[in-house]
Amino acid sequence: MTTMTPPISQRRFEPAVVGAILYREWRVFRRVWFSTAMGSIAEPVWFFIGFGFGFGALISEVAGLSYFEFMATGTIAIGILFSALFPGLINSYARRTERHLYDGILGAPVSVAELVAGESLWNGLRVSVVAVVTLGVAFAFGVDLGPGTVLVPLIAVFAGFGLSATGAAFAAKLRSWHGIDIVIGGIIAPMFVVAGTFFPLDGLPAWAAQLGRINPLFHTVELLRGAVFGFPGLTTTLTHVGALAVFNLLAWFAAVRLVRRALVD
Amino acid sequence: MRAMSAPFCTPAVVLEGVVKRFGAITAVDHLGLTVPQGSCFGLLGPNGAGKSTTMRLLTGQAEADAGRVEVLGHALPGQSRQARAVSGVVPQQDNLDDELTVAENLAVYARLQRLPRAQRAAAVQRGLELADLAERADTRTAELSGGMRRRLLIARGLVHRPQLVLLDEPTVGLDPQIRQQLWATIAQIRASGVTVLMSTHYIEEAERLCDLVAIVHAGRVVAAGPPRELIDRWVGAQVLEVAGDPGELAHIEHDARGAGLRTRRSGTTIAVLDAEQLDGQAWARGEPREPTLEDVFVVVTGEQLT
Repeated sequence: MTTMTPPISQRRFEPAVVGAILYREWRVFRRVWFSTAMGSIAEPVWFFIGFGFGFGALISEVAGLSYFEFMATGTIAIGILFSALFPGLINSYARRTERHLYDGILGAPVSVAELVAGESLWNGLRVSVVAVVTLGVAFAFGVDLGPGTVLVPLIAVFAGFGLSATGAAFAAKLRSWHGIDIVIGGIIAPMFVVAGTFFPLDGLPAWAAQLGRINPLFHTVELLRGAVFGFPGLTTTLTHVGALAVFNLLAWFAAVRLVRRALVD
Repeated sequence: MRAMSAPFCTPAVVLEGVVKRFGAITAVDHLGLTVPQGSCFGLLGPNGAGKSTTMRLLTGQAEADAGRVEVLGHALPGQSRQARAVSGVVPQQDNLDDELTVAENLAVYARLQRLPRAQRAAAVQRGLELADLAERADTRTAELSGGMRRRLLIARGLVHRPQLVLLDEPTVGLDPQIRQQLWATIAQIRASGVTVLMSTHYIEEAERLCDLVAIVHAGRVVAAGPPRELIDRWVGAQVLEVAGDPGELAHIEHDARGAGLRTRRSGTTIAVLDAEQLDGQAWARGEPREPTLEDVFVVVTGEQLT
């Protein structure tokens, strides 16, 4: 009996290995896609009813959009945040500490960089489904979608990658499930609120508005609004893309470093 | 301490002066051993002896603070990726993916091991047969029994036909019948020419399966060699097992030591080692028996395995 594998690359990052991680996630998703899709429908419906009709009755226009249009894109962004960061956080913690899946995977010739990239990319792909479903709900509620809407899944993958990696980075620092409360209260809540999703940053205190401008969710929602209703200009758009690219790189590097530290004695 | 050389040649695993500390605790303390290719090598020791840490050092999941670690010619941790490509790992901790089916578990690892597309289906099929789970290929692993799960773990570690397989406590927590089945599987792996390095705290497992055994105690190898040689070297040709009440046993222990013989307590009996040297002493009334690796273990470590 001899080894069947081809000579291994000296590189610590091989797309084929990332593909293997994606394959694992795909096999699981085939069984749970329905609940993912249904959950993605229910959540925006309630947001549209509550915020859209509730606040929409009080506020006619925000940043040149009707309040309903403004919050509809905010709802897509929130969906991306929750659907990428929570799996990044919760799955990563459970797979490391309770299910020990990572120990098994790292017994194969897989690097932590490939593992984190594969799982983050998968979560990015998965949230693109969430974003498309939310768009469908928005359309059903009468939101007029422009031609750039086709870019929404791409934006979702792009933002979802970094948000998922952020979740994995925090998961690597958790010592118990109780620590998740700190991440929710200290990280997710401010990201959710101070992002220009349901109301513009301009009305916030100056420090909060500044904080909002370095929030990746702010850049995500601005890109989503640009895609659905028209981009404001090349420079502004590229600034948002660049900010998200920097965020993605930082989040991935942090996740790789912290997950490695948590897994390798 | 080095294991022996003949009849095997190029080492599959070399550990020299390896130290691994966790804070103030030294889990592996200047451990040295050489595992010849084609052998079945047992790391025998109680829980906490450093066996699992040693296994993790060999997969790059722990990095040594000092010493040399080499797997099939690849120096770790730098070349752990290459080492993991030619070795298979069967962990003590069950980490099967319960969200997947039996076949999917094997298919995912065939991909993680970078098997070419054309070979994957055959590798999965071979794994199903080795695990004797061909009829359960589409069953979710969460529904498998403990023995089935353990067989699948072994098959998963062998999906890419590695040259070396690391089995960390392969039968721990399983009932005797399933343990016997797994021993047959391990013997089958061994017969196929794969080097097997297994950690265990079951004496019988080491005696039955291993050509070579290293007894690990407090992070060090305290004795190594073929089981028969270890027994001859440390225990002698015969053991006399004497039963009695604690008072009687204390007397026998005293008399045996007075005659220059070593003894070991085992529950309600006392074992007199080197019993072939006895010459009809009055106190030496008991049941003669073959010496075992357990006797060696107690002699070299001063502890009982539980």
